[in-house]
Amino acid sequence: MNQAGFPLLSLITFLPLAGVFYIATLRGDDAAVLCRVRAAALITSLVVLGLGIYLWSQFKPDLGGFQFVEAAPWLSGLNVEYRMGVDGISLFLILLTLVLTPIAILSSWSVTTRVRGFFSALLLLETMTTGMFAATDFVLFYIFFEAVLLPMYLIIGVWGGERRIYAAVKFFLFTLAGSLFMLLAVVWVWYHAGTTDIPTLLHTHFSASAQMWLFLAFLASFGVKAAVWPLHSWLPDAYGEAPLPGTIMLAAVLSKMGAYGFLRFAVPMLPNAATAAEPLMFTLGVVAVIYISYVALAQTDMKRMIAYSSVAHMGVIIIGIFTFTVEGIEGALFQMLSHGIVIAGLFVCTGVLLARGEGLALSRLGGLAARMPAYAALLMLFTLANVGLPGTSGFIGEILVIVGALKVNFWVSLLGGAGMILGVAYMLVLVRAVLFDKFTHPELAKLPDLRPREYAMLLPLAAMVLWMGIYPDSFTHAFDAPVTALVQAHAASLTPHTALAMVTTK
Amino acid sequence: MNLLASLTPGLLLALGGMVLLMIGVLSRKEHAAGITVTTILLLLAALVCNFLTPTGLLFGGLLRISLFTQFADALVYLGAIAALMLSIDYNKREGIARFEYPILVLFAVLGMIVMISAADLMTLYVGFELQSLALYIAAAFARDSIRSTEAGLKYFVLGALASGLLIYGISLVYGFTGTTRFAALAGALTQGTDYGAIIGLVFVLVGLAFKVSAAPFHMWTPDVYEGAPTPVTALFGTAPKVAAMALFVSVMLGPFGHLLLQWRLLIEILAVISMVLGALAAIGQRNIKRLMAYSSIGHMGYALMGLAAGTVAGVQATLLYLAIYVVMSFGAFACIIAMRRQGQAVESIADLAGLAGERPGFALAFAIFMWAMAGIPPLSGFFGKFYVFAAAMANGLDVLAIIGVITSVIGAFYYLRVIKVMYFDNGAPQFDVTPGSVRFVMGAGAVVTALFVLLPGPLVVAAAAAARALMG
Repeated sequence: MNQAGFPLLSLITFLPLAGVFYIATLRGDDAAVLCRVRAAALITSLVVLGLGIYLWSQFKPDLGGFQFVEAAPWLSGLNVEYRMGVDGISLFLILLTLVLTPIAILSSWSVTTRVRGFFSALLLLETMTTGMFAATDFVLFYIFFEAVLLPMYLIIGVWGGERRIYAAVKFFLFTLAGSLFMLLAVVWVWYHAGTTDIPTLLHTHFSASAQMWLFLAFLASFGVKAAVWPLHSWLPDAYGEAPLPGTIMLAAVLSKMGAYGFLRFAVPMLPNAATAAEPLMFTLGVVAVIYISYVALAQTDMKRMIAYSSVAHMGVIIIGIFTFTVEGIEGALFQMLSHGIVIAGLFVCTGVLLARGEGLALSRLGGLAARMPAYAALLMLFTLANVGLPGTSGFIGEILVIVGALKVNFWVSLLGGAGMILGVAYMLVLVRAVLFDKFTHPELAKLPDLRPREYAMLLPLAAMVLWMGIYPDSFTHAFDAPVTALVQAHAASLTPHTALAMVTTK
Repeated sequence: MNLLASLTPGLLLALGGMVLLMIGVLSRKEHAAGITVTTILLLLAALVCNFLTPTGLLFGGLLRISLFTQFADALVYLGAIAALMLSIDYNKREGIARFEYPILVLFAVLGMIVMISAADLMTLYVGFELQSLALYIAAAFARDSIRSTEAGLKYFVLGALASGLLIYGISLVYGFTGTTRFAALAGALTQGTDYGAIIGLVFVLVGLAFKVSAAPFHMWTPDVYEGAPTPVTALFGTAPKVAAMALFVSVMLGPFGHLLLQWRLLIEILAVISMVLGALAAIGQRNIKRLMAYSSIGHMGYALMGLAAGTVAGVQATLLYLAIYVVMSFGAFACIIAMRRQGQAVESIADLAGLAGERPGFALAFAIFMWAMAGIPPLSGFFGKFYVFAAAMANGLDVLAIIGVITSVIGAFYYLRVIKVMYFDNGAPQFDVTPGSVRFVMGAGAVVTALFVLLPGPLVVAAAAAARALMG
């Protein structure tokens, strides 16, 4: 049994379903049940968050391997089991999901049609995402990974903007096409390794040519999910058309699924292929950082500009992962968390404007700092965190990635770092257009400042941005052990002799 | 005594069918509903007996009861029961509620049981013809409707061709090996194979491919699915598919098992063409029943992939796929039968627009079936595909699995379109109140499809035992 004494991870994963069932039992038209549905969803997600914090408090960072392990027989005959567990890598991604779901729920007060369906879909999304980060069986992982599509497809398609149907179908088919290749990879791995237990697979050696094919399959699925350039074309549509809570979940959590996949599977399972693909991944990352930054600069819509900024930051994460250095990977992980928080904050800020009946076209905004000082201060904070100002969470992640990249390749480090400067450029354009300049139309002068519910969303995010920026150790000390082990195992599998030497010198 | 015990389900159906026929003919009043309910009860009784019967060879090797036949029989009973439940209300409203229908279904099921249990090419043919003849009439059951009559006639002409090919193949096999017994055939074919027997095998294979509607022998499927009354289509989509596929598996791996290397390529070709055609041709369909027809062709392609593997794991995957498919299929047809506006049955996909707002439960059930058919986890359809791909890759059929993956993506597009119409489009469906029996089939199917993920073990184990019983 695990250290909690009860199946804590399963409870965290499946508790949101209880909320879904409760919501499904509510009768009456939308207006009548609105308050109760919102309350049920919010309370469920907060309870789950409480369990998540308990998980963190019980987590022992110095232990290697997976903790809170659960196992139960499941698909007989295939040696596939229901296995859950967390290590330092997945712990914070689970927490990220748990933190952002209540915020997404709070940000969906504008949804008033088919509320039961909407909040059920959000809770379902929480279950699928948490389950995916907690799964330690490859088949189970795949099921959660793909099941995320179902609620997300509905969230975009039913409650989205004008071109929602196009965006929803494109999102679904892109992701499905990618992940079905992973299904083939899963089946292949199952057949050749005889198991789909992830901890075992991490120590299973595959031949170099097989690794190449598996890597391509992983690249197809994780690359689409993480929106690695050039597989990102679904993303601006999906981000742009999804309702705000959907965009928050997509940008902050779902995009991390892809990066997590690379970190969990591609790098440790396929060391040779991952090393061989290093130049390719660096190129994709650098292209994402630079090219997408320019694309972001050209956007005229606040939401789309933030969406492209998100793609650019994914490039930094990919570079960090494929440096195979402790600094680079820790930086990538830290950047995943930081980016999740920051991007959610930025999208919530756009939601504040939407809730006041404003459009998001940059040419129709301006001068808000004068009348909405609290809003301006928070938007500024998230902007600075997004460009990596020291003292905010963004700085730690980016500096670690750049240091990691510098150890491997000067040019990658230089070009990746250039992205930070471009990031400053477009984010400052954004801030100027929204907060400063002159009022473009008189209604802007009458907008009220933040309301309590908006504070409840933005202040926790802001606090986390500062916490992560000022005292990153509370997070990094949990992933020191798994990342160091991962890097060592990677180096060892490439050069068996050095590994032996390392062992003997110890 | 043993003989009698083994035959109980079949005898129950045969005698019950004849008694019901007498009652129907002799009584003055129309007893359609009563006879349908009795038939359902008979099928339920047969389903229960099915698991209690002792296994073994009967009639000196004409029939064989094994875990494999019991598994397939159970699926056939399940499909037929669901289809009959769907027919009660529909037939009444369409004015075709006649007592012959359930009895025809009963005899068709009897035919299916015989052909699944066949251990001799002759019993195979007898069972095959019994079910075919009953089904031809069922397809034309709405005899005043031109579409239904046309469907029946088309099915009959093409089905007769298939039967002809089958019997021709059987005669060739008999001519070159001198026996029709499965066991003896297997023995004769291990010692040496004539080209004549191989040609016979190909004819048998084509005849069976016709019945499972594997492309390129699928031509009848869309028209018959569209023209036949919807409960009959629901039957076509479930029980006969299982029976024909089970027969396919038991013939190919039983007497012709030693020729695996000769026929494997043919099965692979059938599987690939079926999957590709099922995925591509369905895209343009506007009629939901035609869509289901192409979808069923595609699904048979996936099921054949397990057969192409030719191992215990492959048969297990095929059986599992069939079991999952039967539930998804009758559930989807329950949804189609519930599509009824102001007393008129409607069949166009566009008629579903806005259903999610009006009838959320109905729309959710339909969406579950569509997603399951597209193979999206955690719904049951995914596990069918997973086991099939696993069996295929374990036997070096990687290319087949890759094609299967690609066609899955293409197929997902049209399943998604149905969901898109229900959830994203606006319209006023205002469907009539759905009768309880249809709601029950829909709900039961949706629950099983959605929650299969929680407890896949028993079915997987049963399919494995059935596969081992067949392969020995």
